[in-house]
Amino acid sequence: MPPALPAGDPVPADGALPPAALAGIDRRRIGVYVHVPFCRVRCGYCDFNTYTVPELGGHGATLGTFADAAVAELDLAARVLATDGPGPREVGTVFVGGGTPTMLPAADLGRVVAAVDRAWGLAPGAEVTTEANPDTVTPQLAEQLAAAGFTRVSLGMQSAVPQVLATLDRTHDPAHVATAVRAVRDAGLQVSLDLIYGTPGESLADWRTSLETVLALEPDHVSAYALVVEEGTRLAAQVRRGEVPAPEDDDEADKYELAEDLLSRAGYDWYEISNWALGPQARCRHNEGYWRGDDWWGVGPGAHSHVGGVRWWNVKHPGPYAARVAAGRSPGAGRELLTRRQREDEQVMLGVRLAEGLPLDQLGEDGRLAVAGLVASGLLDGRAALAGRAVLTLRGRLLADTVVHRLLG
Amino acid sequence: MSPIVQPEAVPQPAATPPEVLRNFCIIAHIDHGKSTLADRMLQVTGVVEPRLMRDQYLDRMDIERERGITIKSQAVRMPWGVAAEHGGVTAHVLNMIDTPGHVDFTYEVSRSLAACEGAVLLVDAAQGIEAQTLANLYLAMENELAIIPVLNKIDLPAAQPDKYAEELAGLIGCEPEDVLRVSGKTGEGVPELLDRIVREVPAPVGRADAPARAMIFDSVYDTYRGVVTYVRVIDGGLSPRERIAMMSTLATHELLEIGVISPEPSPSKGLGVGEVGYLITGVKDVRQSKVGDTVTGAGRRAEEPLGGYRDPRPMVFSGLYPMDGSDYPVLREALDKLKLNDASLVYEPETSAALGFGFRIGFLGMLHLEIVRERLEREFGLDLISTLPNVVYQVRMEDGTALEVTNPSEFPSGKIAAVTEPVVRATVLAPSEFIGPIMELCQSRRGSLRGMDYLSPERVELRYTLPLAEVVFDFFDNLKSRTRGYASFEYEPEGEQEADLVKVDILLQGDQVDAFSAIVHRDKAYAYGVKMAGKLKELIPRQQFEVPIQAAIGSRVIARENIRAIRKDVLAKCYGGDISRKRKLLEKQKEGKKRMKMVGSVEVPQEAFIAALSQDGLGTEKTRK
Repeated sequence: MPPALPAGDPVPADGALPPAALAGIDRRRIGVYVHVPFCRVRCGYCDFNTYTVPELGGHGATLGTFADAAVAELDLAARVLATDGPGPREVGTVFVGGGTPTMLPAADLGRVVAAVDRAWGLAPGAEVTTEANPDTVTPQLAEQLAAAGFTRVSLGMQSAVPQVLATLDRTHDPAHVATAVRAVRDAGLQVSLDLIYGTPGESLADWRTSLETVLALEPDHVSAYALVVEEGTRLAAQVRRGEVPAPEDDDEADKYELAEDLLSRAGYDWYEISNWALGPQARCRHNEGYWRGDDWWGVGPGAHSHVGGVRWWNVKHPGPYAARVAAGRSPGAGRELLTRRQREDEQVMLGVRLAEGLPLDQLGEDGRLAVAGLVASGLLDGRAALAGRAVLTLRGRLLADTVVHRLLG
Repeated sequence: MSPIVQPEAVPQPAATPPEVLRNFCIIAHIDHGKSTLADRMLQVTGVVEPRLMRDQYLDRMDIERERGITIKSQAVRMPWGVAAEHGGVTAHVLNMIDTPGHVDFTYEVSRSLAACEGAVLLVDAAQGIEAQTLANLYLAMENELAIIPVLNKIDLPAAQPDKYAEELAGLIGCEPEDVLRVSGKTGEGVPELLDRIVREVPAPVGRADAPARAMIFDSVYDTYRGVVTYVRVIDGGLSPRERIAMMSTLATHELLEIGVISPEPSPSKGLGVGEVGYLITGVKDVRQSKVGDTVTGAGRRAEEPLGGYRDPRPMVFSGLYPMDGSDYPVLREALDKLKLNDASLVYEPETSAALGFGFRIGFLGMLHLEIVRERLEREFGLDLISTLPNVVYQVRMEDGTALEVTNPSEFPSGKIAAVTEPVVRATVLAPSEFIGPIMELCQSRRGSLRGMDYLSPERVELRYTLPLAEVVFDFFDNLKSRTRGYASFEYEPEGEQEADLVKVDILLQGDQVDAFSAIVHRDKAYAYGVKMAGKLKELIPRQQFEVPIQAAIGSRVIARENIRAIRKDVLAKCYGGDISRKRKLLEKQKEGKKRMKMVGSVEVPQEAFIAALSQDGLGTEKTRK
């Protein structure tokens, strides 16, 4: 079962935002996230808002009408963000995630990108990413994606080791990753590979194999995530029943350190705790927007949005979602108006994850006082602190939650 | 034989000849049906109308009714008619004095017994006698009370009245046929029992013209009336509006009200020789009206107090701390209030580096501790942490100085010549098949066997001397589990003994955690240290640095564990849809931080303290209802 949405205030039927949220929107960066909530099968570890085709039965939502619904939401978004003064800037980044976006025809994905362009305009050189299952990416699809305006493909590789993939319920053939990478690159797109470490049964040697396989493919960008056993997933039930061991923090720490070691030696620099890029131009600018507190509009069932301190989230199920947007109503299920304090806390919580770090003057007094101690215990970089920024050391990256707690006082 | 129907025929207080008075109590184990039998007596004698009857009529506190135990005794006056020799009916007055039913309150029991001439020995016909009943029976026999053996619950399918009648007869030296058989539930045999009380319990004897002497056998604080004192008049009489004096303190009080309970309090013209009733003087603290003290007239004082008075003496100490430090004033106020109703409750403020501000409290025993704690939590809405209970140690130093230690953290570190600890005389009753496991347990608790008797071929009584400290530490739970719940257990203080005792400290990263210090026998120090260090290792979350946990006697480390430094706490993924959830988690964790206690630089969640300090039970008889 997908995770429950947060508790929040109701969203007005027309999706209108308080004037304060729109004030200064022309001076802020804006991105668009599109959530495609479909998968062929549900993986045992995954708690994302996604549905298999049989699960959709009877709700009138189908893969075939998803693009229509997304376009309808973007039309609504254009109305909501329109102001008397200068409106939003052109969109700098689009990210299509899921689910499995490539369950949809490339043409449908293209229609959604076009709708973004129609709503606010796509900035020249905009980054347009889609996630993709390695099995589905053929040279033909890659060409279609490029033609539809995509500039970047993120492949859910997860591991190069068959039994690790089996534990994760991933059905793709590891050999297809190489062909997918080649196809994407040949179409002139950037390529990113996603990895998961800490899967039950994965040895350190398995993880090294995955990393080395990735490096051999020379992607532009690598994401590596520690496996989190989420409540309500099949994996959580297996762990609870003792069928598979729970991921172990120390093991994940070893694996993170190995990733940092191998990736950095191959020229990949970390720019966020779980993300490495081959040079600054290879970073995922869309995701950077989340960590910098930019605005973004999340399109699709269960997608979260953030505009000027208002965060809201759409209804989760594709059926009610489609019905609402078709009727011209906001699909928002709930929202929160962040207090100044909450926004500041979020800024610390997110900003400190970045290699560029956080300006110390964004911290409260308690936080500034904690910096020296964090440097002394090897969690923050001393030189960066002297230069006025809180930047995590390698040890600090693994203990970022502790650092955040200290910085928030 | 029968209730008395004409109200004018019922003898009135202060005008009842001692010859028609019968003062008795019921000795029974907690679930052997004493309250139910009392309910039937109230009904049969007609003092409670059927429509007003409710279960456990005499148990007032919620806690009493829920746990099925009687903490405070009461005395009920019931008229009862018996066929006279020359025809007609002689009216009698029965005073039923309810005794507290637990070992912690032995002294109160002894005072209740001293107010009676007879005792009904009530035993469950399906279970036979229990250790605690046996102890109280011995106490009653020492007081030379007439004993009426009664088997209750004969209506139960599992009842074995013949078997247990045999057992009772053997214990008190009567014939099995003399053992009455009743059912408190159906009322069967209850009138016969009342007749038997009239026949066998001696009438009280006292000098009516002597200065008044009345023994206080209970003292209860009532919010509206102040302290209500229950007395048994031995000599002379008390009348309304006279001044009375307490012989232990010589304090005098105005007698605002005097009366009897039948079964609701009703003022009377006084109390005469042998009568049982209550006094209200307007005092607000039960310490001014202590159990065992003698009440006399302020004008015409008695020369000699009645014997047997004793100040209550706490046997077990424990630190109680509010979970939320800001509740400290509430705890203090609550204790001040409870003290009004509990003359045995003693406490003084205490500070613990680990637990903050609290109180060190002295209790009569483990049940007393549990009841006080439960009342504090229930009636005052407090959340409390209690430290491991300990007993009182007398420590003699080599330089000759002596000190009393009621808190392990005060145990001296210098050169100690000797340490003495309290010991108890313990009685265990159990089916004979469990002799082995019981002996093993008592042996492991430093007990020495004093004797063993078979009550019947299947049941055995074992008598041990045991250090009290070993008893307060989960002894009863252990006994229960080794005997599949069949053993019963009772103890009473029996002086002190010297023992090779040491203080084991627990250190976190070199800092002593005062709440975990314990005084244990040298042979058990290692086991305690290993257990506590292991427990804490499981309970304390990993910190940014390695945290050694040590158990030490003085500067000598006897056990050691390590909490490895935490290496990873970060949630690896954090994108647009994760932010709200993550922020909320952060806010929640921040709340949780407030419940962290710092020991040196180690953050210990309050839950860890609670879990480490909790025993698997507190070694007391728990609710069985």
